[in-house]
Amino acid sequence: MATVTNPSTVSAGSLTAKALREATFTAVMTFFMFVLFIGLKTDQNMRNELILVPRWGLLATFVAIAFFGRFAMVAWLQPWRAASKAAKDAAPADTSDAGFVKRNFSKLAILALVLYPPIILWLFGAQGSLKYIDNFGIQILIYVMLAWGLNIVVGLAGLLDLGYVAFYAVGAYSYALLSINFGFSFWILLPLAGILSAFWGIILGFPVLRLKGDYLAIVTLAFGEIIRLVLINWQDVTQGTFGISGIPKITLFGIPFDASPHGFAKIFHLPMSSAYYKVFLFYLILLLCLLTAFVTIRLRRLPIGRAWEALREDEIACRSLGINTVTTKLTAFAIGAMFGGFAGSFFAARQGFVSPESFVFLESAVILSIVVLGGMGSLTGIAIAAIAMVGGTELLREMDFLKAVFGPDFTPELYRMLIFGLAMIIMMLVRPRGFVGSREPTAFLFERKSVSGSFTKEGHG
Amino acid sequence: MTAETLLKVEGVETFYGNIRALAGVDVEVKKGEIVSLIGANGAGKSTLMMTICGSPQARVGTVTFDGQDITRMPTHEIARLRIAQSPEGRRIFPRMTVYENLQMGASLDNQKFFNEDVEKMFALFPRLKERQFQRGGTLSGGEQQMLAIARALMARPKLLMLDEPSLGLAPLVSKQIFAAIKLLNETQGLTVFLVEQNAFAALKLSHRAYVLVNGSITMSGSGAELLANPEVRAAYLEGGAH
Ligand SMILES: Nc1ncnc2c1ncn2[C@@H]1O[C@H](COP(=O)(O)OP(=O)(O)OP(=O)(O)O)[C@@H](O)[C@H]1O
Ligand SMILES: [Mg+2]
Repeated sequence: MATVTNPSTVSAGSLTAKALREATFTAVMTFFMFVLFIGLKTDQNMRNELILVPRWGLLATFVAIAFFGRFAMVAWLQPWRAASKAAKDAAPADTSDAGFVKRNFSKLAILALVLYPPIILWLFGAQGSLKYIDNFGIQILIYVMLAWGLNIVVGLAGLLDLGYVAFYAVGAYSYALLSINFGFSFWILLPLAGILSAFWGIILGFPVLRLKGDYLAIVTLAFGEIIRLVLINWQDVTQGTFGISGIPKITLFGIPFDASPHGFAKIFHLPMSSAYYKVFLFYLILLLCLLTAFVTIRLRRLPIGRAWEALREDEIACRSLGINTVTTKLTAFAIGAMFGGFAGSFFAARQGFVSPESFVFLESAVILSIVVLGGMGSLTGIAIAAIAMVGGTELLREMDFLKAVFGPDFTPELYRMLIFGLAMIIMMLVRPRGFVGSREPTAFLFERKSVSGSFTKEGHG
Repeated sequence: MTAETLLKVEGVETFYGNIRALAGVDVEVKKGEIVSLIGANGAGKSTLMMTICGSPQARVGTVTFDGQDITRMPTHEIARLRIAQSPEGRRIFPRMTVYENLQMGASLDNQKFFNEDVEKMFALFPRLKERQFQRGGTLSGGEQQMLAIARALMARPKLLMLDEPSLGLAPLVSKQIFAAIKLLNETQGLTVFLVEQNAFAALKLSHRAYVLVNGSITMSGSGAELLANPEVRAAYLEGGAH
């Protein structure tokens, strides 16, 4: 990285020159870095011979992006950031009176989410709204719920869990198998799936009680893979890689969403449309998310929630204060897993189909990245991160114009992990503690006073 | 002194793997006493304190508290018998505010006496009151030490164990800390077991004291006796051997 220069001492001309110099250097570096990876591609021709296909156009694009990116950063972004930082330092600290939007952010956000389906329906009609309610609404909310659930384990209790998707899978398969084989309804199976997942959370919790940090992460990772392998290989029950299809839909207290005479549309004398079911699912997952948030917020104020947060900071101190770290960890695993199970059974009901493919490690990684990006422990930050990441990847599917740039073979979805990774790197450089990096204290005795939250590192005396 | 025995350590041997850190230690603390333990770096002082708290547990010997054998008890249950500890390195919760740290200290009674006790702590350490909404990790070393002691006291302990409370503090601040310990002992009869490098201050403050050398107690007596002892003076008071 170049040294940050103070804009006031550098004239505009020399800044441009410097930017040009650095941009050229970056472009040359990029050229050499990518000339073999991007510039040349090995392929097989008709006679099965290996040939080299040059891709100079693509390489040029990469080099150009590097050049202009670096130029923009040195010429505009860095001076702008230095200037805004200087302005911030100069301005009197005035954080006591946050704006209306900021103070009521969560209420406004919930209101917006409640109004989202009707507005979309009104704007795009029953058919056009499906994409927005399903892909952008429900899909994002599932991840919000998963990330909030994992947040209890990782963000609050500080137990790095790389196998969270296992509990999602347990919830999904619980619902799928029990509803198909025994005909139980979603409303009975939802709590049951939560309990089963919590149970598996405790099963996982026991062997890893003594592990910390990297070791814990590896074992939870293995646990996630074990569950997936069991799902693949226990074919009599799970039907292996084929998955389970024909999972019953959710009913609204017994009213099914179908074309039958006692279906939702008929009863309410509405035209038949699949949009009602989607809207219903949207509100259901919204409700489940709010439940997760509510429980998390309440728990943080209870002894167990405080113990989680203390556990994350210092386990030895916790024990010497009389906190049973064993039960504290197990409850964190169990409650986190329970929400994963809720989300899983919802997922199974929404898809109507589950297979082990939905529960690969990548899913755990995505959920964990959302928690980290959002700022561990912050519900608002995590929700924003989920919207940005999941919504962003959904948006990628829409970006057909990219094909014009990168050629007709370009499938933007395939690059979603690349973009995910880039976004993470940028976020961690700009805001190392996530979108909402400061922990909100739970205790206020006198007035609500904002706590110095802008530091990025604590000393230990 | 004829007071009742509160803590009794008998023939305790503690190992880290194959290394024996304590080689048969006997220590006794009576109700209402301030007892200090002095010794060179690596003598095993912190190990003894941690052994009393059950992590690590003694391999040989017994630890008795208030007539109850606690040698094999898990740490959190020992803490519930009201042995409060300010361990080596303070171990306050850095991301929690001062106020929340104190709340954590009151976990045992589920915050029942919190409001009452927190005022007492603020009276004892006014600095903490000023800084109650600041995060623990951003306190100065001395403030962190005050917080560690206050947090331990929030548990309403029968026995307070402090590991090097004056470590890294300016002379004036460590004086304040020792004065606070003395005040608690005199006004509330708090029993204190103190590990200290600052032998002079510790011996002056203590009713009795032990000297630990390489995992064994080599000397014990009243604070005044040890202060006057030429060996102790040479080793711990006059910047001598260690
Ligand atoms: N976790 C551990 N594993 C292995 N050896 C340890 C461990 N903790 C302490 N020791 C060893 O045990 C001995 C006693 O250590 P201890 O921390 O009790 O000393 P101390 O008297 O408190 O010293 P100081 O005054 O420096 O704090 C030392 O030789 C130390 O190296
Ligand atoms: Mg020590």
